[in-house]
Amino acid sequence: MLGQAISEVFVYGFHMTRKEAGNPTVAVLIMLSIILTCLGVYDKIAQWAGAGTAVPVTGFANSMCSAALEHRSEGLVLGVGANMFKLAGSVIVFGVVAAFFVGIVYWIFGIGLEAHH
Amino acid sequence: MLHGKQTWWFDKRPVIIGAATVVGPDEGEGPLAADFDLVHPELDMQQKSWEKAERLLLEQASEMALKYAKVNKQQLQFYIGGDLMNQIISNSFAARTIGSPYLGVFGACSTSMESLAIASLIVNSGSGEYVMAGTCSHNCTAEKQFRYPTEYGSQKPPTAQYTVTGAGAAVVAKAGKGPIVECATIGKIMDLGITDPFNMGAAMAPAAVDTLQAHFNDTGRQPKDYDLIVTGDLAGVGHPIAKDLLKRDGVPIDDTVFGDCGLMIYDVEKQKVQAGGSGCGCSAVVTYGHLLKRLQQGELKRILVCATGALLSPLSYQQGETIPCIAHAVAIESPMHN
Repeated sequence: MLGQAISEVFVYGFHMTRKEAGNPTVAVLIMLSIILTCLGVYDKIAQWAGAGTAVPVTGFANSMCSAALEHRSEGLVLGVGANMFKLAGSVIVFGVVAAFFVGIVYWIFGIGLEAHH
Repeated sequence: MLHGKQTWWFDKRPVIIGAATVVGPDEGEGPLAADFDLVHPELDMQQKSWEKAERLLLEQASEMALKYAKVNKQQLQFYIGGDLMNQIISNSFAARTIGSPYLGVFGACSTSMESLAIASLIVNSGSGEYVMAGTCSHNCTAEKQFRYPTEYGSQKPPTAQYTVTGAGAAVVAKAGKGPIVECATIGKIMDLGITDPFNMGAAMAPAAVDTLQAHFNDTGRQPKDYDLIVTGDLAGVGHPIAKDLLKRDGVPIDDTVFGDCGLMIYDVEKQKVQAGGSGCGCSAVVTYGHLLKRLQQGELKRILVCATGALLSPLSYQQGETIPCIAHAVAIESPMHN
């Protein structure tokens, strides 16, 4: 709902098409999530909102930002660098794995669909 | 000396001549706030890391405990302590500051009574005149090590517990003024197969029950011999389970007041602490802050503190292991008794 509102601002305020408005909308949501994480309120919103904050792109940004903040005391390389993807890493791994299998399914059935044309 | 199977009876009657507690902001908003010696308004305590903040809590608590006991660092013969951090670093660093011979112990949240029992045993056996026991925990170090980064937005179930930010230290001596440590019952590991680290109260309840029953068997005492029996940090889920288990086994637990430090330290209705408090600091600050004062005033004659610990590690539960639990009970008597 929040994303939709931001997207409308880009469409009407900046005269973008709906497709063009997609990328800046996501960027604004990520920014918002990171700012709220740094201010220490994102985790409090999440206890109340649950999956609503965990699933979308804001949750991903929060997982990276919170890990980076938390491990800052262990240095930039071994702390921030090594721990930033501690939580987000599994999202990327399983996202890629899922995309691979969806790709195979699409490849098999996609060929079948094209043959009918 | 050994009494029964697993209880140490301290016939020389070691005395807690000084104790101090330091807590964080959430505990300072709880119902026991007035009983703590120092309340930090911020979680970071102006330190660069959470780990440093936790260490500071213990350093301050031990310094104040020595001051109240009127014992200087040179007189202190041994320091016994432990905490939740990997390799109990908070205590090792604090012991560096304290500077006395040091024994590090680990009993998770049961460390408070484990260290007090050992300190009392040393004093009772004549192996030391002044021995200090201490422990600490910090909400953010525990979250970081056992769960997720502190600012990560994960939703906690209502069975989860809130780690207490606080430290408590007590100086035990051969003679002096203060509450008397009567006896201590050392617990066995109990593991009933719970694997959920967000439900530690339920996992620890059987350990508390086992130690309490062992205590009653070894000493021949009954619940009615105590004005108050408290468990360490079973909280809203575990404490009723422990009570039910005791009743099932025919222990007349209703003859006394049966409480839990994890439920006493916070206003569970108003504060966002899920089922209640937990952590090494929980039973330590409630006992050394609140309960010792009530014993001192003679409001309570004799109490039994049964501190409970969930001996899990982040590695063990990720590998699907169950949670081994333990409980140690220490009986403390008011100086105004007799």
